[in-house]
Amino acid sequence: MDWTALGVSLRLGVATILILLPFGVWLGRALAIATFRGKLLVEALVTVPLILPPTVLGFYLLVTFGARSPLGQAFQAIAGQALPFSFEGLLLASVIANIPFVVQPIQRGFEAIPSEVRDAAACCGLSPWQRFTRIEAPLAWPSILTAAILAFAHTLGEFGVVLMVGGNIPGETRTLSIAIYDRMQAFDDRGAGVMAATLLVIAVGTLLATTALSRRGVRRRG
Amino acid sequence: MTRRRLQAWAGLAAVALLLDLPEGSAAQRAPLVAAAASLNPAMTDIAKQFERDRRLRVEVVFGASGTLTRQIRDGAPFELFLAADEEFPNQLAAAGLTRGAGVVYAEGRLALFAPTGSPLAVDARLDGLATLLAAGGVTRFAIANPEVAPYGRAAEALLRKRGLWEGIRPRLVLGDSIAQAAQFATTGNAVGGLLAYSLVSSQAFATRGVYAVIPPSEHPPLRQRMVLLERAGPITSQFYEYLQGAAARRLLEQHGFTVPK
Repeated sequence: MDWTALGVSLRLGVATILILLPFGVWLGRALAIATFRGKLLVEALVTVPLILPPTVLGFYLLVTFGARSPLGQAFQAIAGQALPFSFEGLLLASVIANIPFVVQPIQRGFEAIPSEVRDAAACCGLSPWQRFTRIEAPLAWPSILTAAILAFAHTLGEFGVVLMVGGNIPGETRTLSIAIYDRMQAFDDRGAGVMAATLLVIAVGTLLATTALSRRGVRRRG
Repeated sequence: MTRRRLQAWAGLAAVALLLDLPEGSAAQRAPLVAAAASLNPAMTDIAKQFERDRRLRVEVVFGASGTLTRQIRDGAPFELFLAADEEFPNQLAAAGLTRGAGVVYAEGRLALFAPTGSPLAVDARLDGLATLLAAGGVTRFAIANPEVAPYGRAAEALLRKRGLWEGIRPRLVLGDSIAQAAQFATTGNAVGGLLAYSLVSSQAFATRGVYAVIPPSEHPPLRQRMVLLERAGPITSQFYEYLQGAAARRLLEQHGFTVPK
């Protein structure tokens, strides 16, 4: 069992959530409540990473931030290291890849709040911020938690982008899914098997958690 | 536990994990060495021996020579590159990404491999393969992708020389590296493959099938060159010297490589 790789995976998952969740709540709520020009386009853009092959994302990240691009060179001059093949590079890829997994459940959550509830809260003299923290956020909470769990699990399972922009560096970019691939190539089937089972358990656990959460959400509203 | 407490614990755990982030950063980490996939068993042993002899550690990452070259050009933080050919290190040297032109550290050999239970009879002249191919018995045959893996290029040259290339082409499965080609050849999805002798002669392969070593005169030589990269530090320089010393040479020979005088 490659504990370092598990550590990289977990850190990547947590960091992805911490970055994406505030953004997801803001955008998901805006998409659920507001009507604005170009809303369809935004919704489409949010969904794109869901159907885009990870190789496309990997390609653009390498082309944009690789050591041979001007942007990549500028980044390297400031940070002392190229963005690809670093944990930060993986994090960027992971954040982009997870946008739909975070924004969509949150959007559904806010959409499920009847507009009368919001209107009533406004009539009672609650400020927009109070309305959000006291009424909307608690009601949408199961969806937000679902979004976080989905993004976390999806990050753990991410393989294509990591293989392309990560480079299999221990303690930095070798995630658990890459470590499985690495062990297979080294004919260490036992090592690969243990890690594969770990990921399987995490995946099943995640689905159980999300299902339980959504059930509870439905019960409460019903 | 109440939900609120559970959430608090989850939050704490998350923060603790994140605080852990700066640890193990580039400064204190063992220097990274990029090595061709054919070196996997050999380099693992050599790195261990280096650690015992010098009390220094290097971290070796394996991949196809072409893939690693691409990663180095894109800024991957490797300090030393051991390729399975001369062309890829020379490209990097021409691009000004290396320290010097490096040295040839070994010459590799190809081997025809058939997994246990395969109808393929292995021999150094590929007669068994030709017979099986003519009889339509080759379902799948594994080589490494010639574009990124020197052993794949050598395999292609050999198959062409034997006049088997056009016939076997639709049956080929291409591994991203010679290690993946070996994976394809052993998991029973192929009747066999042209692999690196250094892989099929390793411990992990002992029970997986049979092989025949191909004479080096049958394909362009697999002269393997290593180069120090721009960011090479003192530990890596020591390792580079160590690789040319007696202990490393002996291990390379044990793993089926020919070592230059």
